[in-house]
Parts: sequence; structure tokens; C-alpha cells
Amino acid sequence: MIRLSAQVHGWLLLLPAMVLLAAFTHYPAAATLLHSFFSTPKGERPAVWVGLDNYQGMVEDPVFWQALTNNLWFALGTIPVSIGLAMLMAVWVNGKLAGRGFLRMAYFTPTVLPMIAVANIWLFFYTPTYGLLEQVTGAFGLPSHNWLGTQNTVLGCLIVVTIWKEAGFFMIFYLAALQAIPPALAEAAAIEGAGRWYFFRRVVFPLLMPTTLFVLINAVINSFRLVEHIIVMTKGGPDNASALLLYYIYEVGFKFWDSAYASTLTVVLLAILASAAIAQFVFLEKRTHYQ
Amino acid sequence: MTARNPMEPQGLDRALETIGAWVLAVLWILPLAYAIWTAFHPAEFATRFDLTAPLTLENFRNAWNAAPFARYFLNTMLLVALILAVQLVLCTLAGYAFARFEFKGRDVVFMLVLVQLMVMPEVLVVENYRTMAMLGLTDTITAIGLPYMASAFGIFLLRQTFKTVPKELDEAARVEGANAVQVLWKVYVPLARPVYIAYGLVSVSYHWNNFLWPLIITNSVTSRPLTVGLQVFSSSDQGIDWSIITAATLMTSGPLLVAFLLFQKQFVQSFMRAGIR
Repeated sequence: MIRLSAQVHGWLLLLPAMVLLAAFTHYPAAATLLHSFFSTPKGERPAVWVGLDNYQGMVEDPVFWQALTNNLWFALGTIPVSIGLAMLMAVWVNGKLAGRGFLRMAYFTPTVLPMIAVANIWLFFYTPTYGLLEQVTGAFGLPSHNWLGTQNTVLGCLIVVTIWKEAGFFMIFYLAALQAIPPALAEAAAIEGAGRWYFFRRVVFPLLMPTTLFVLINAVINSFRLVEHIIVMTKGGPDNASALLLYYIYEVGFKFWDSAYASTLTVVLLAILASAAIAQFVFLEKRTHYQ
Repeated sequence: MTARNPMEPQGLDRALETIGAWVLAVLWILPLAYAIWTAFHPAEFATRFDLTAPLTLENFRNAWNAAPFARYFLNTMLLVALILAVQLVLCTLAGYAFARFEFKGRDVVFMLVLVQLMVMPEVLVVENYRTMAMLGLTDTITAIGLPYMASAFGIFLLRQTFKTVPKELDEAARVEGANAVQVLWKVYVPLARPVYIAYGLVSVSYHWNNFLWPLIITNSVTSRPLTVGLQVFSSSDQGIDWSIITAATLMTSGPLLVAFLLFQKQFVQSFMRAGIR
């Protein structure tokens, strides 16, 4: 009797959340896959089954490959640096350096700003001839350079913006982890005469490993999720040099209105995220106790 | 005599690390400081540093008058309040179910919830747009909020919190004749207050700043939130000058920024609490 009521109550409590989750996460994920096998409905013509045609088109689409490659470079450029900086920031903020409050505020503030505001500010930074960067390089007598308008610097510029925005956010997780390290360890190390760097390398860094994995997964997801700065700063240009996968999906889906192809591209993105999920499951769940 | 704490740098190292930390901090604050400089000075000082440059609010006034920012503010506040209110209710109920009820398929359903941590609504914009169009909801504040209302993150966070509530408290309340919902309201919710505050701060700052989905689903002044309004304003071809765009940028992120500076500790602790899962 009691068991039955627990069943009913449990499901009733879950129902509202599950309905919304099913409607806006599970259904669209499944529908994405389904629609990737159909053509885009145009005017009078309804969508028809086209099998793998969309995928064929994707494999032959140079812009898709470029967006994917850009995205990998973007991930490689942002993730290690922002994680390294986050760790450094956390170690500094966790200590008793002079002006700790200011340091923490300075590192964390970009996290509170909307990415679109960040992008606007940095856009001005990079502006040709009268932007701040140009003024600085100009003062050193370097030639003028259109940072966002040149294919080989545009992605680097976006990477810098992303690191600036993300490092302070990741710092928080490291800060929490550092504060959870028992002081006894530091005391023991002090008695043994261990140096600061040795202690960090041998004790702190390994203890931070679960946090690093957690942050790493988050950073990977973010590198495939952030598009605001591209919409504001470059619109994927010049010549697709800064198009990332989600930006390309946005462009195909809502500028060219080719929803079938956008679904096909989304399937690739979902596959990437699913791999991240599996990686997290394999590496993280074993180390963390959720009880 | 205490031994040297290896968590703290000593002597010359300490000085070097302090300098390093400050250089990084100044670098980090520079873009924002620069934006503030530009916004509060006349346009001719946008790229010229002169401590005697006159301060002005003209840029803010011009920005405010150039676009319906009052309406955008209202939209954003409605959006953020709507999402948070629904999230709190739904996540509380679901978190409670996962934490304290034994029912068939619970673990499978829980895994299904966690899927949203990886597949965020941003990734599913194409299909969600189709759904909203079918429901006739495009260009409404409800449509911006709907995909985010059942938050896997919130459910997870509250489940973890509710699990730490001693079972004895629950049972004591039941002995006194309280039903499941009353127990939730009288025992669990008050004990989870810090978590609610943490989650609320994270949710509000996330949705205040959210951009891609609102950009796609809205199409008019009556539903556009601030972020999209700012983008429409700053990308219009009228050749608005930088000082005004910067002022508008600061204005849109202003309330959150001021709140952050005032309640820094709470913000950082909230993000920390929300992060340790």
C-alpha cells in the first residue's frame, strides 16, 4: 500500500519537469536525427525522404570541414590556456597575497558580463586604425593590421576573448577544490621541508585532478556552444575563417533557412557532445561520489 | 616556531608572485576599465587618454533614447523572473522525487534528466524553433523561457541537497500528520535555502546574459530581451559611434555588474556551491 503510493507520488512530482524535458530536449534530439534524412520543405513541396543525401552533401561541403577544423583549433587554443590560468588564479586568490579581494574581483568579473557585451567591448579593442590594440602596436612602430579582418589572426583574436571570459569562471571550481584540501597536508609537507613548487606538483595538482576533469569537460562543451562572440564580432568571416560548428548551424538554419541541412549538422554536434558525455561518464563518475 | 607553509610563497617569491597576480588582474580588468572610460567621456576621448577629459552621461542618454531600452529591460526582467519561478517549482518537485521516493524506473529517468547537462537547448535551436512555430509561440517571452524551465542542473543540485536532509526530520513531520507536499515545504525547502540562493543567482545571471536562442525566437521589440536589443542596436547601419555603443553595452550589463560588485562574496560562493556537485 505504502509502496504503491510512493510510486504514484514519485511520478506525479516528476511529471511537470519530465514533460518539459521531453518536449524540449529529448524530442528535438530525436527529431534532429529524423529530419536529417529528409529534404527541407519548400513552399508547396513537403519534406521527402532523401536517405543519406544530406550527409553526402555535408561530406562534400568545404565550409562544414572548415567550421569543424576551426572548432578544433578553437578548442585546442582555449582549453589548455584557460584551465592553466584558472589554476594559477585560484592558487593566488586562495593565498594571502596583498589585495586578494581586488584580485578575485578582477579575475571573476568577466564571468558576470554577457558574452555579447564582452564581444562588443573587444570588437572596439580590435578595430582597425583607431582601436586600442592598433594604438599600442602603432606606438611601437608596427604596421597597421586588421586583426579581425585577416584570415590567420581572426581565430586567435576570438580565442583570446574566450580565455578572458572563461578563466575566471573555472577559477571558482579550483578555488573550491583548494579550500577542501586539508591543512594537515600542508603542515606535514612543511615539516618535511617540501618547497612550494614541489608541494604543488606532488600534492595539490593530483588532488585537483577530479576538478580538472570536470572543468575540462565543461570547457569542451563550451567550445562547441559559444557563438555569441562570432555573431557580434566576425559573422564567421573573413571567408569562413572564424565559423565554428554551432555558428554554421545557425547560419544554415536561420539565414539560409535550410532546416534539413542544419539538422544534419546538428547530428554531428550531438555526436561530439555525446562523446564528451561518455568521456565524463568513464573518467569522472568513477572518482566522484554522488551520495 | 612554525614551519613554512608550502601553500604560501615566501620572501622574494612572494613579492614576485604578488606582482604576477597584480599584472594579470590589471590585464583582466583592463578591457572593462577601458569600456567604462569610453562610455563616460565624450566621443573624441574614446581613444585618447587624458585625465582632464570631461566626464559626461551624454552617451548613456543618447543610447537610451536611440532604442527602446526601457522595454528591453522590462522584457529581460519578466523573462528572468518567469524562468526562475518555474524552475524553482519544477526542480524542487523533481529533486524531491529523485531524492526521497522509490519508484520503478527512477534511475533510468534520472539519466534521461542528466542528458540535458550535455545537450543544452542552444544546440537544439533548429528543432525547438520548429516546435515553437507549431505551437504558435514564436516571438513571445514564454518561448524564450520554455526550453530552460525544466533545468537538469537545478534538479540535480536539489536532489543532492535533499539527500543530505536527515530522514528522521522527514519521519517526525509525517508522524505529526503532514503529507508529502507539506513535508517538502516545511522541512526540505527551508533547509535548502543557501542552495536556492546559489541556484537563483546562477540562473538569473545565465538568462540575463543568454543570447542565441532569444535572438532566433524573437522578432520584435515587445519580446526582445536586452542582449538581443543591444545587438540589434549596435549592428544597425546608422554609423552610431563607439562611445554610445559602449554606453549601451554597459547599461545592459549594468544591473548584474553592480549586483555582483555589491554582493561579490555571495556571487562567488554561489558559483562555487553550484559548481561542486
